[in-house]
This record gives sequence, C-alpha cells and structure tokens, in this order.
Amino acid sequence: MGQQIVNGLFLGSIYALFALGYTLVFGVLDILNLAHQAVFMLCAYAALLLVGHLHLHMFLSFPLAVLAGGLLGLLVDRVAFRPLRGRSDSNISGLISSIALATILEAVALQLFGPDVERFPFGTVPTRTLRLGSAVVSELQIVIIAVAVGMMAALTLLVQRTRLGRRIRAVAESPRAARVLGVNVDGVIAASFFISSALGAAAGVLFGLAFNAISPDVGRAVELKGLAVIILGGMGSMPGAAVAGFALGLLEVFTVAQIGSSYRDAIAFGVLFLVLVVRPRGLLGQAATREA
Amino acid sequence: MRLARWQSLAIAAAMLGGATTARAAETVKIGAAFSLTGNAAVYGAQQKAGVLLAVEHLNKSGQLKGITLEAVVEDDATSKEQGIAVFQRFINRDKVSAIIGPTLSTTATAADPIAQQSRTPVVAVSNTAPKGITDIGEYIWRVSLTEAQVIPSALQIVRAKLGFKNAALLYGNDDVFTKAGFDVMKAALEKEGIPIVEIQTFATKDRDFNAQLTALKGKNPQFLMVSALAEQAAGIVTQARQLGWNVAIMGGNGFNSPAFIKNAGQAAEGVYVGTAWNKPSTDPVNQAFLAAAKAKGVDPDQFCAQAYTGVLVVAEAIKQAGMKGGRDDIKAGFAKVSGLPTPLGKFSFLPSRDGNHAAAIQWVKGGKFEVVQ
Repeated sequence: MGQQIVNGLFLGSIYALFALGYTLVFGVLDILNLAHQAVFMLCAYAALLLVGHLHLHMFLSFPLAVLAGGLLGLLVDRVAFRPLRGRSDSNISGLISSIALATILEAVALQLFGPDVERFPFGTVPTRTLRLGSAVVSELQIVIIAVAVGMMAALTLLVQRTRLGRRIRAVAESPRAARVLGVNVDGVIAASFFISSALGAAAGVLFGLAFNAISPDVGRAVELKGLAVIILGGMGSMPGAAVAGFALGLLEVFTVAQIGSSYRDAIAFGVLFLVLVVRPRGLLGQAATREA
Repeated sequence: MRLARWQSLAIAAAMLGGATTARAAETVKIGAAFSLTGNAAVYGAQQKAGVLLAVEHLNKSGQLKGITLEAVVEDDATSKEQGIAVFQRFINRDKVSAIIGPTLSTTATAADPIAQQSRTPVVAVSNTAPKGITDIGEYIWRVSLTEAQVIPSALQIVRAKLGFKNAALLYGNDDVFTKAGFDVMKAALEKEGIPIVEIQTFATKDRDFNAQLTALKGKNPQFLMVSALAEQAAGIVTQARQLGWNVAIMGGNGFNSPAFIKNAGQAAEGVYVGTAWNKPSTDPVNQAFLAAAKAKGVDPDQFCAQAYTGVLVVAEAIKQAGMKGGRDDIKAGFAKVSGLPTPLGKFSFLPSRDGNHAAAIQWVKGGKFEVVQ
C-alpha cells in the first residue's frame, strides 16, 4: 500500500510537471501546444547526449537540457504559432501547425537517434534506496519528486509574485487590454513558451531517468495523459494541473495493481469523463467567465 | 528482311528469359526478413549475421555442387505491415526459393499466410509461439523450439536447484509471443504442482512496471516467471531490484539476448533463461560455427545460431531433393531432413513441421549467459 502510494506520486509528479507546461500556454493563449510532447522527447535525448557522449554530470546536464527545452519552446512559438497569431481561426490553425511541428521534430529524432530504445549509462544516477515504513524509495525517486514539486512552487511564485508573472496574467486576461497598457504581448507569449517548454523538458529528462528507456515516440503516451490532466484539473489552472497530475498517477498505479494493466487507460479516462459530467470546469478550474 | 520493332523486342525478351532460367539453375535465392529496426531490432542484427555466415560457409564448402546460395536480407521493421510488404517483394520481385523469418511470431501470423498462398516455403528461425505458426500451412516450417518445448524442462532444472514452494507470473498481454509464453509458463507451473500466488500484466509500450512489481512483491512469492520482450525485460528486472526485491527470476525467450544483459546491467545477474542453444557445446559443428562467427567479429547469441541453422536446413532440403532449388523441391526436401548436424545439435522436423533438438538452461553470471549444467 505504502509502496504503491510512492509509485503513484512518483509517476504523478512527472505527469504534473508535463501538464503544467501545457496549461501555462493554454492559460495565456487559449490554445493547445501539441508540440509539447516533442520537446519532452527531444530534451530527454539532449540529456542523454550530454551525459552519455560529453560525460557531463547529471547535475550539469539537467539544467542544460531544461535550457535547451526553453529555447526549443521559443522556436515552437516562432514557427508554429506566431505566424498565425491575429487570425480569426488561430486556435485551430495553431493546434494543427503544432501537430505538424511535433511530427517534424519526431522525424528528426528518428533520423538522429534511430528507432531503438536508448538508455542512460549505468551510474548516471544514484541507486541507493531508503526504507519508509514498508515502502522502498530510491534516491532517484525522492530527487524526482522534489525537483517536480520545487519547479511547481517556483512557477506559482513566478506567476503570482513577479513582474513577468503579472504581465503573463494580464495577457491571459486580455491581450488587447495588455497591449494598450504597454505590455509587450509577443514578448510575454514567447516567455510563456520558454517557461512551458522548460517544464516539459524537465519532465522529459526526469521520465528518461526514471524509466531509462527513451525512443522517438516516448512523448506520445505522456501527451494524452497530459491532456487528461489539464482537463481534469481545470483548463488553464496551474494548481489544478498539479493536483490532477498526482491524482492520475495514483489512479493508474492502483488500477494496474488491483484490476489489471489492460484497464489502466480505460479507468483513467473513465474518471476524467465522470469528473467532466459532474463538474465541467474540472477540479480547480474557474467558471468560464473570462471570455465575456 | 527487316524485323518489326515488336518482333525484335519479343526475341530479345525470349533470349533474356532463357538467360534467367539458365542462371536460376545455379543460383538459389533465399529471402531473409528480420527486424533490423523497431522493438525487436536487438534480435534482427544477430539473425542477419547468422544467415550471412551460413550462406558463406555453404558456398565455400561446395556441398551444393554447382548451386550458389544468395541471401536477400530485408527489414520487417518489427511490424506486420512491413513484414507483409517484404514477403510480397521476396515472392513476386526477387523470386526467392525460400524465406527465412520474420523475427516475431506476431509478424509471422500476418506474413506467413502470403507465402503459404503462393506456395513459397518459409523457415521460421525465431518464432516461438506454440500455436498459429506452422498451423498456417504445409509450406511453413520452423527451426526454433517453441517455449512449450524449452520452458517445462528449464523450470524443472531451476526448481531442483532452488526448491521454491510457490511462484508468481508477470506478462505482456497485448503481444502474441509474450501471451503464448505466459500460457506455457502457467501450464508448466501447474504441471509441477507449484501454486501461483499472483498474476500481473503489462502492455508492450509500458515503461513503468513499479505498480505491477509492488503488487507481486506484496504476495511474497519465492519465484517469479516473466514473459516479455527484451526491451521490457531489462526495465522489469531493473525496477524489481530497485524496489529492493531480490526474488529469483526466470524469463521467457525474450530475455534470451545479450541486449538484455547490456541494458539491465547488474540487475540481470542471476536471472534464469531457458535456451535452445547450448553455446559452450563442444560439438564440432557448433565449434566451427563459433570460430566462423569470431572471424567476422560477431559474438553470436541463440538467434544467430538459429538463423544459421535455418540456412543449413534449406541447404539440406535442396540436397534431399536431388540438388534442386525450386520452391516445391525445397518444401519436399524439408520432410526428409533428419538428424542434421547443426550448432543447435542433431536437428529433425516433427510431423507438425516444428523443429526438434535438445534444449538447455542458462543464467546470467558476470555479465554473460552461462549454461547451467
């Protein structure tokens, strides 16, 4: 029981981190960035290259890969979203162009790294374990959960307490009003993409370290889970995404252990459906009055 | 007299046709469809090496008096669709006399019926699903032992060694091969009268096995049997050891690859795997195979030895058919293959067209498979 909770929190922390990036861009732009999973995947590879080929320590590789993710986010914004901004149908066309970009990035990864599963070299991460009651927790799991929670807290502080955060919230409220008040809207959007993709990158690296199997299609499974998490949490709600991420991780683990792996996604998405029927705005979502 | 253009074309075509027939009497093409990319790529490279080594060995030895074997190797990409496409290419474009492969049973269930329809003999060298392979038809033959042939004897030896009183099972339930392996493991445990305390499942794409392993560990089994492909095998064993669970583990055929040891590292130590190939066997045919592989810089595994044997079996069928390399000659020749010396031991076909030879048991020790005598 205790062990399954640890397993669920561990998986959930990665889902939450991934979904936070999704939800930040959604909250600001009202669009889904479906290239998020490609950033997740490419940055897992980036960390693999830094550790495996340049022999950098993980403590150095992790921030570098996260930085690379942020830069990749700027590229995603510049290529897939900015040219379409201002069009009346930019929500749908942006969604489609981000799918296109994800496909291209996946193909690039396939060319560069091949279809086979790649692994971090042995000894990249500590393998020591601790006992917590009946549960066994590895140092890696503790670090992953701590990094995820730390990044969530940092993001909340950034959005609530800083000048940039205030601008992001202003643009989310109304891009036009923000522009009138002298906010550099394109700059704020680019910054949101940078932060969002950096979080996706962090999730990718942590996922790679946790399960040690990286392939060009590794982002696809997480992509759907991420979508489920932001809907469950309430579209655009950051605390909601964090809570829903952990909830989904725990739900999956207990479904697998108690009912069977075949029912994992059925139950996860079944619960998602039920939540939407009972509470359409999601767990912590705001009622949709902002648009008015 | 001036020939009309169509007449000269027809004559040229007739001459060309004659030339190909004459050449076909000397060169026998063998199509080899292996997973060089995708989930099963760890096996494909070894299989390709095995086929090429065997073809070179047979052509050099001149056993086939005037007939030269030519291997055409293609990638089935670990997918049914690509497997079908490759088979069609072999049959219609390359006009091969026999096909070796494909790597996975799942792919074989899709591609083999095409060969059966066009009466092209197939030798499966790594398909181990007990049902649904040679059942496809009289043109489908198999060199690889099924898990049903390997696992029961492997289990007996391991049980005699460890003396466990109960066991648990973990398997992939969305793949023909891993599901078939599970059925065999369950039947073998039941036959030995070993109680099964828990069964857990996973999907081919899964990376996280912590939930299943924790549930299994909670039931305290003394022995764990796992039916998985090599990619998941490493993840399962690594995560089990990370959970601090040191139970004795025995894997199915998917574990039977050096890639498993490479990917699982220290966690692979002590894991038991049944095997069709007794690598250290001092049999001269086996030693010759090992030497030939070493000369090419190949460190052969069971899949390499089986693919090599597949080509030996095709060559033997050509001999048995009176040095004829047509599709039906080879098919007829297969039925007469008996006691053929191969790296796997003395090889014969059962009436079911499945292969038959001695099995062995190995475990991982010091980063290598070692046969448990």
